[in-house]
Amino acid sequence: MLCISKDKIDSLFELIGSKQPLYLPADNNSGKADFVKWEKGKKLSSALKTVRSAKDFFFPKTEHMVSYKVEGKEIKVEDPRKDIEDFVIFGVRSCDAKGFECIDNVYLNMNPVDSYYKNRREHGTVITLACNEPEKTCFCSTYKIDASLANASGDVSCWLADDKYYFQPNTEKGKKFIENAKTVLSEADKKPVELLQKEIQEKTEKLPFAHLNLSKFQGKDMLKIFNSKIWDSVSQACIGCGTCTYICPTCMCFDVRDFDTGNGIRQVRCWDSCMYNDFTQMAAENPRHTQKERSRQRFMHKLMYYPMAHEGMFSCVGCGRCLENCPINMNIVKVINAVNETDDI
Amino acid sequence: MQEKLIERAKTLLAEGKVQKVLGWKKGLFEDDITPAVFTSAEELDKDFVFNKYCKANLSKYLVKITKDIEIKKSTTRMNNTMAKQRDPNAAETPLPKEVVLAFLKPSDTYSFTQLLKENRINRDDVYAIGVPCQDTLDGKELCDNCKGKKHVSCDELLGVDENAEITPNSKRMEEVAKIEEMTPSERFEFWRGEFSRCIRCNACRNICPACTCEKCVFDNNALYTTQKVAETDFEENLFHIIRAWHVAGRCTDCGECSRVCPQHIPLYLLNRKFIKDINEIYGEYQAGADMETKPAMLRFEESDPETTIVYDRSKNGGNE
Repeated sequence: MLCISKDKIDSLFELIGSKQPLYLPADNNSGKADFVKWEKGKKLSSALKTVRSAKDFFFPKTEHMVSYKVEGKEIKVEDPRKDIEDFVIFGVRSCDAKGFECIDNVYLNMNPVDSYYKNRREHGTVITLACNEPEKTCFCSTYKIDASLANASGDVSCWLADDKYYFQPNTEKGKKFIENAKTVLSEADKKPVELLQKEIQEKTEKLPFAHLNLSKFQGKDMLKIFNSKIWDSVSQACIGCGTCTYICPTCMCFDVRDFDTGNGIRQVRCWDSCMYNDFTQMAAENPRHTQKERSRQRFMHKLMYYPMAHEGMFSCVGCGRCLENCPINMNIVKVINAVNETDDI
Repeated sequence: MQEKLIERAKTLLAEGKVQKVLGWKKGLFEDDITPAVFTSAEELDKDFVFNKYCKANLSKYLVKITKDIEIKKSTTRMNNTMAKQRDPNAAETPLPKEVVLAFLKPSDTYSFTQLLKENRINRDDVYAIGVPCQDTLDGKELCDNCKGKKHVSCDELLGVDENAEITPNSKRMEEVAKIEEMTPSERFEFWRGEFSRCIRCNACRNICPACTCEKCVFDNNALYTTQKVAETDFEENLFHIIRAWHVAGRCTDCGECSRVCPQHIPLYLLNRKFIKDINEIYGEYQAGADMETKPAMLRFEESDPETTIVYDRSKNGGNE
């Protein structure tokens, strides 16, 4: 296994970041962390989670899809896909990495393949980082996601143990990254990593929601859950904002809009949220009339519809962002608990 | 404190004075509290909570709750009229009696009063009980956005020392003053930096008690201003600026917008800038402080200075 000491990590960032765009979590003005492009002087944040998930790199908030420009009698078509260059994301947590898999299932592994997503996915190298200090809101172990990175996750797995960053390539892209970084890395024994993994696993076991009961979400009784009375109380205080969907690593709905640029058309796609009143707006209306139907859609999608279409894989990864950021503190853990406690399912 | 609130709510429910209780509900941890409506003593005992984490301002929920009550009433009235037309001797169905008990902290009562003033809430459908500020439960003397006045428009107070003299937070405008001292380009950079984090989740707008339009301009799909799409990277900036203009003179500085922002953008600074300017240009005005004062932005006096966007304070308030 290869390693670099903690105080030298900047030299690794410099080596990689000078050749290609490198993104890493850094503290922002508000004291929270966000992924930013590395430049000299940018320090890796010690925060466990970024406010926004890492899905932004493959599925950005607003993505330019195509432009049509009228020049004389010609119509020029601009395809921005060719502009994407190889990039590296450092410090993705295993929950976010699992989130990529959730999106892959829909945008890569089904027809039609989303060529915009595929393009970004092919150009990105993901370096995951083990979670040394999981927080009380983390519940990835409920979905059997391993925060200690004992199973390969991303292109390169990385651990911070004994003040050293250890690296383990998992894919061809990962090997290429290690090859590029070799000059600053040195050989090391993997013992500290194994100890760290054990320590993390013990810590995650002790978290309050380490093992939520998902026995009612096994693809049966869908209508019973759909028609349950719990959705009234789940949605009662919902203000219909899009916070939960925008910070979620697995929410992947989008809307496509055209903009008149004066001499052409610029087509963009942007994140959409099932919490919004114009989501899936059709000729007459949004078929989900009230916030109750909208909230239900979100949680049913994560816990029922998606698993039924993808061999039981949930489209929640237990990152806990919705637990931390919902303005009214309604979240998926409360929904799972409500389903388990109610007498009508 | 919590027990007092639960006891009072139970009594009012039992007396039939109120049918619903709008309060705060326990979460998974001590600090993740959800606003909720309770309808029985059992529910109150089980989930009602009041502690220093009860920051949520409940006044905006009253808009929908009282609207639903009014719809029920008008439906009954309509049915009665129709029944009378079919049979003049038909018995009249009595109007449903529904009153909601709302617990309001001092700051929330300002939002409540402002909504009453704008006719967004039917006063008769609400029984308002003033409770102490969550920050004072935390041992803080006054919170960042303390207006220093007492509860307004409440039917009764609970756990509040009516004689206690609370002075407003004199430091409320300090941060705004700091931004005013910046050069225009510094200020531009400051806000560009803050707004660059915006994900346009609309949490600030949806939680805002001053934002109660039936249909927001940013929800209009026929315009290129819809909530989701930022055509350029300046659009989020404009969204916040337009919103601040729209709530100017109506914003009570309850602080909900910045509290719920997942990106911790200090949106309250925009609103406070407007409050500060209104105070300086048109005289002290606090939105929601009472039912009588004419709204600052809706009254005109000949002595009002003719201000422009680049209003120069040094020149006799803009008046030559």
